[in-house]
Parts: sequence; C-alpha cells; structure tokens
Amino acid sequence: MTTPAIELVDIHKSFGSTRVLEGVSLSLFPGEVHSLMGENGAGKSTLVKIMAGLHLPDKGSFRVNGREVLFRSTSQAQQVGVSVIYQEPALFRDLSIAENVFMHRQPKTAYGWIDYAEMNRSVAKHLNQLGVSLRPEDPVLGLSIADQQIVEIIKALTFEAKVLIMDEPTAALSLEEVKRLFQVVERLRSQGVALLFVSHRLEEVFAISQRITVMRDGRVVGSGAATEWTTEEVIRKMVGRSLDALYPKGSAEIGKVVLRVRELRRAGVFKDISFEVRQGEIVALAGLVGAGRTEVARAIFGIDPLDSGEVRIGEMVLANHTPEMAMKAGIGLVPEDRQQQGLVMEMTTMRNATLTVLRRVQRFGLVSRRKEWEIASRWTKRMQLKGHIEEPVNVLSGGNQQKVVLAKWLATRPKLLIVDEPTRGVDVGAKSEVHRTLSQLAKEGMAVMMISSDLPEVIGMADRILVMHEGKLTAELARSDATEETIMFAATGQTESKAGDKANAAPGKQK
Amino acid sequence: MTDQGKSIVANNNLWVGTLVRSREASLVLLILALTATTNILNPRFLSPQSLKDLMLNVSIIALLVLGQTVIILMRQIDLSISSIVGITAFLSGTLFVNHPGIPNLVVVLIAVGAGLALGAVNAALIAWGKIPALITTLGTLYIFRGADYAWVHGRQVNAVNVPGSFLAVGTSTCLGIPLLTWIVLILLALFSIGLRQYRTGREFYAIGSNPGAAVLAGINVNRRVATGFLISGVIAGLAGALWLARFGTVDATAGEGIELSVITSTVVGGVAITGGVGTVVGAVLGALLLSVFSSTLVFLRVPSFWQQAFQGAMLLLAIAMDAYLAHRHALRSRVKWSHV
Repeated sequence: MTTPAIELVDIHKSFGSTRVLEGVSLSLFPGEVHSLMGENGAGKSTLVKIMAGLHLPDKGSFRVNGREVLFRSTSQAQQVGVSVIYQEPALFRDLSIAENVFMHRQPKTAYGWIDYAEMNRSVAKHLNQLGVSLRPEDPVLGLSIADQQIVEIIKALTFEAKVLIMDEPTAALSLEEVKRLFQVVERLRSQGVALLFVSHRLEEVFAISQRITVMRDGRVVGSGAATEWTTEEVIRKMVGRSLDALYPKGSAEIGKVVLRVRELRRAGVFKDISFEVRQGEIVALAGLVGAGRTEVARAIFGIDPLDSGEVRIGEMVLANHTPEMAMKAGIGLVPEDRQQQGLVMEMTTMRNATLTVLRRVQRFGLVSRRKEWEIASRWTKRMQLKGHIEEPVNVLSGGNQQKVVLAKWLATRPKLLIVDEPTRGVDVGAKSEVHRTLSQLAKEGMAVMMISSDLPEVIGMADRILVMHEGKLTAELARSDATEETIMFAATGQTESKAGDKANAAPGKQK
Repeated sequence: MTDQGKSIVANNNLWVGTLVRSREASLVLLILALTATTNILNPRFLSPQSLKDLMLNVSIIALLVLGQTVIILMRQIDLSISSIVGITAFLSGTLFVNHPGIPNLVVVLIAVGAGLALGAVNAALIAWGKIPALITTLGTLYIFRGADYAWVHGRQVNAVNVPGSFLAVGTSTCLGIPLLTWIVLILLALFSIGLRQYRTGREFYAIGSNPGAAVLAGINVNRRVATGFLISGVIAGLAGALWLARFGTVDATAGEGIELSVITSTVVGGVAITGGVGTVVGAVLGALLLSVFSSTLVFLRVPSFWQQAFQGAMLLLAIAMDAYLAHRHALRSRVKWSHV
C-alpha cells in the first residue's frame, strides 16, 4: 500500500470539560476520495479544524507524507500542502478572483510591482483545467457559493495542495453545481490529490468516495472501502448508541389544534411545509443542520417573510405578520443562540425575564420594580433557577441562561411555544430540568414545537416527529414508530421504503 | 481602480451599471458639467486667477484625502487629522520664529515627524489597544486640539516671520499650476501606484473587504492598520507645514473642522465607508468636485450657509447610491442561491 498523504493517529481533543475527540485515527491516500460521516456533534468539524491548523490536538500524532508535523497556524498547514475548503468560503468580495487566489503572495515583476498579467495567467490556466467558465479578472462579488468554492479550490491548487479537505461543500449548492464540483473533485483525484469529503448526503458520499469513515461521539466507529459499506450500515453506525438518558414526557391530554401551517414556502429555503400542533402535544422538528428547521420557525414567528402559505393560530390567520403580532397571537420563540438572540447578557435575570411583558410591569408608563420582581420570580422559581435574579445573566451557566430564556417566554403565557435546540450546550442536570419543564407545560395544555438535533431527546420527548431534509418535510413519525434509524433515513433524504425493508425499521407515515 | 468598476457590472449593463463602471469617469463628467454651466452663467469662473484659487483651495483637502483613503479602505476612520494639522502648522511657524534661518526642509521634516508621532498614538490605541477607531480618533481629535490651545496660548504666527521662500510654495506656480498642487499631484501618483502595485497596498483592500479572510491569508492585520494610521499622521503633518505656507498666518484654530470635509470628499469620491472599495484618484476627484461646487455657489451668489447643506446632500447622495447598488447586487446573488 502507498504511503498516506496525511495520517492522523490517536488524536484527542477537549474543549474545557467536553471531550470532542477521543482517539481518532484517519489516513488519506493520494488519488482517493475519503468521506467522513457522522451526526451533528460527532466531532467531524473539530477534526477538520485540527487538520487545517486552527486547533492543536491535545494528544496524538500527525504525519504528512510520513513526516511528523505539528500545525500551529493555517499557513503552516498550507505550506506542507494541506488546504481546507469550508462550506462558506471566506473571500474578499471586492477583489478579483485572481487577487483572492494570490493575496499576500502575489507574483512580482523585476521592478517589485505586482505582476497582474502573470497572476491572471496562472489563475486562467487553473480555471481552464477545471473546466470553469470564469475569468480571473472577474470580481468575487456576485459569484455563487459554488463559484466561490472554485476560487478556494484554485487557491489550494496554487499552494500545490496534496491534501484537500472539503467541509460540507455541497450543503449550499444546487444539483448542477454539485455535478460540476464532483467533476472537479474527480479531476483532482486523478491527479493524485488526497481528498477528504465531509458530507451528510449519503448518495453523494457513495457516488464519489473510495473510502468511508463514520464517526460518533468523538470516535471512529467504522472505516473501510466504499464498496464494503451499504447505506443502512452507515446510518446504523452513525446513530447506534444506547438510549440511556431519561426523557420524561408524561402523558398529556391532546386537545384542539393550536398551530396549523399550510404550504409554507420561502424561495431557496423551504417549501411545501404543512403540519399542525395541538394542545398538550410536543412536536419535534428533526433533521440535520441546514435542513431549514430554524428558518421555518423564524417564518412562523414572523421574523422572516414567507413567499406563500398560511399560518393559523387557533382560528386566527397570521399573514405578513411581525414578531409582535405573533406574540400577541400567542406564540413564544426560544431561539437557539441564547447569547445573540435570547438574552441581553449585561442585564439582570429579572430584567431579561420580563422583557417580553414590559407592558405588564409598567405603572404610569414607568417600569415597576415590584411587578418585575413578582413576575420574574414566579417563573424562575418554577424553573429552579440558581443564582439571584438581580444578578446579570452573563454570570450564569449555559443551562441556567436557557432557563431564563424559557422564563422570559413563559411570562407571556403563550399558547404555542417554539423551542430551538433547547438543550444544546447545557449540562445533563439542567437538561433534564428543561425537559421536565417542557413536559409540564404540555400537560398544562400548551402546544410545544421543539427543534432538536439530539435524536434521543427527540424520541424521548416528542409525541410526533416531523423530519426535514433540504427544505422539505420528508417524514412524519408517530412516537411509537420513531427510531433513530427511521429519523436518520428521512433526515438524509433516503426514501422511506428503503428504510422500511432494509434497516428493519418501522415505517412512518410518508409525507 | 478599474477592475472594481468592472466588477459591479459583470453580467448586467443597465445604465446605472454603466454610470458606476468607473466612479472616476462619472466624477470627471460631473466636474466638467458643473464648471461649464457655471462659466456660462458667470464667465469669470474660468479666469486664471480663480482657477489658481480653486487649485490652492482643494490642495490641502486633497492631500489629507490621500491618508484618509488608506484608513477608510481598511474600514477604519481618522477624525484626528484636523488637530494634527493644527499642531504641526503652529509648530512649523514657531520654528521659523524661534530659529530664524532654519532651512525650510528641516521645518517640513520636523512637522512630518510630529505628525508621525501623533499618528503613532492613534495606531497604538487602535491596533493594539483594540479601541474602535471612531472613538480613539474622536478622543485624540479633542486631546490634540486641547493640547494645541494650551501650547499656543493665544499667540499667533504671522506671515512676516515666515521666510518668503517658504510662502512661495503656497503662492508661486510652475506651468500654470501652483507648487502646492504639484506636491499633491506627485503624492497622488505615488499613493495610486502604492495601492495598486504593491502587496501592502492590496492588503489594505483585503483587510477592509473581509478582515477574517485577511487573517486566514496570513496578513498581519494589526500591523497594517497601524501602518495606515502612521501614514495618515505623516500626511497630516505635511499638510500642517503646507497650511502655514498657504496661509502665512496661523493660530490655535488652524484646520479646525477640516476632517469632515476630508471624509466627505473621500466618500463622495467612491471610497466605501465599509472598506475594501475605492481609489485615491477617485477620492481626490471627490475633493475637487466638492471644491468646484463650493466655488460655484460663491460665483452664483448663493448664501454661504447653503454650502454646507449642499455638501451634506452630496455625501448622502453618494452613500445612498452605493447602498442602492450593493442592495441590488445582494438581491441578484440571492436569486442565484435559490434552488431547493
């Protein structure tokens, strides 16, 4: 067997107390496309960042062409021939393609001036070789994501990259663009470049790779030639963990329909989204990152406009609504990014918890501290929030911050509560408290829509599970039908029938 | 820079696109149209004397615009230049007063050195102290001016104390163009080449266009930003010395308020306030346009208080046009995205 172009042996990496990688080994060979798969949070991105020189591994060795190396910066990685292409390229949109490729290392003429002619010639040559009809003088401003990736690839080629890592390069591409990218990948492969392809799309992985590695929870759980894998096997490896955590969704009486959406469409983001959520019900919206789940929630809440479709709360139709109108109609939204969207970090817990109900804490147009305190303490007590409510929220832990966000929305007494990744980055104890609270709220008759990438959480908490894949609903599963496999099949865009016969999973209702 | 212009119209040739294909070309057209119109209404507008006045009036602003362009290209801003001009103008004057016979060049070098030192204060606070440029230079604008007032203490340097050979820079001409203007034109050429033909120049654009990507490309962003503020300080120091040559009489108020004209000119000249786009030639044409515009208003006997209002209107017009074009562009790129 040939020497690997790059070889990682027993890589460990922790961030704080979270162990992200626990002894990962991976070899990339010249002239081979190696696909890396795994659920969100399996550690793929961290591994990519280590190879890019953005993170240092805590432990483990790292060889390029048989030589031990240590990357302390991205430029060191590039110098030995390792280049990374990210999902969203980082380019200078105001400058030309050629300038982007050669920034900070432009060729010079004898007089020390930048040799634009040489620069353009070199980039034109690469564009030609890749069969792409762009001109080196064209500005990056206005290029599609696919074309921007081509610019990044050419940048890598001018570094004479021997290893090219692509982190979900197809996530934002159309079918045509994916085809072109794969032609480029194929050409690079035949030139002896070692490629690492990170993707969630099974069909793509099987179409272009020679080798597949699956990661789960920071470890490699399977690796081998692509011909040895089946789709079912990959999915089973990706999700196969025990359901050890306890998810206490108690039984609640399912009542009237609270939210009904019909044919929601937002061009380029999602379409054909129809579903309903009833009183006392927890409906999970599952899917991979980027499937459009958060975007659907934002549209329902009135943050982003809809191109077409109907949102109905009870009997009321919301059209062209603002978040304020959504709140009045009885929707509460707990966003995913607490720090950016959910909380004012410098303000106290009390202030944060009553931001949504300022009108109710007013007296004569001024905020009444006593009322603020009453409302804030009612909800924070119920959530068993630690810390004093007159402390700023930035001193609280992630779990407690999440509780403050929940308290803030519960104070509006919503009919429908939308929670986006309610337990991401939250410790286990706080996690079960959040779960208990959601369950309790459902029991009291609230309708809950929960977006989550945590499959055990989805299966444990939800009465019904809607699965999204690339902007469309691909499955609706009853609690009894849902397994990690069925959800994963729908989330990766596999047809339900395949999941049914081959993975022996109970088929859900086909959407 | 031409490829910036080409950029915006890559696959669209509406008239708006054509108009902005080159900001420089449209500025030249505007300046010519304005001059021609005014000259028809008042033929004295193009008399040699008034042309010379026009060139002298625009020169110091145009000089400061060079430094400001480098700064704004990096998404930064330097408000403190007017105070640096004030200090270095009076410094140059007192050098002549206290050291009769001191060579002109030495005075200029000392003024430039002082500008460099004051620019270094900005550079250190912004690049390493991580205080936003807007706040830092607003602070130093007041600090430097305050120090100027304290030091000058009501004194004044008069033209009689300044050697005639020095004042000649602000009065005599060569080939019909004032020496002062020649200095600006030479520096304009150097800056233009520097920003176009050298790596450092392109890196200024890169930093303003996408600071994160600039770091990934291996550019030392802190050092470049610091360099920008040093350049701006040096230019302001030189402008201070030339201020003395042009006006002869200097007190503590020299240059007050000029920073706003400089920034307006730079932005009207097509240097995007969000960084990454623009040229020094465009910025200097922006200064010329505003200057011609002010003269026009004078010649047409428009009350002087209207001048500022017109200047402000042009600034907003320029920014609105840039924003409109960027918005249209964003819409087009979004359409390309949609394929789900």
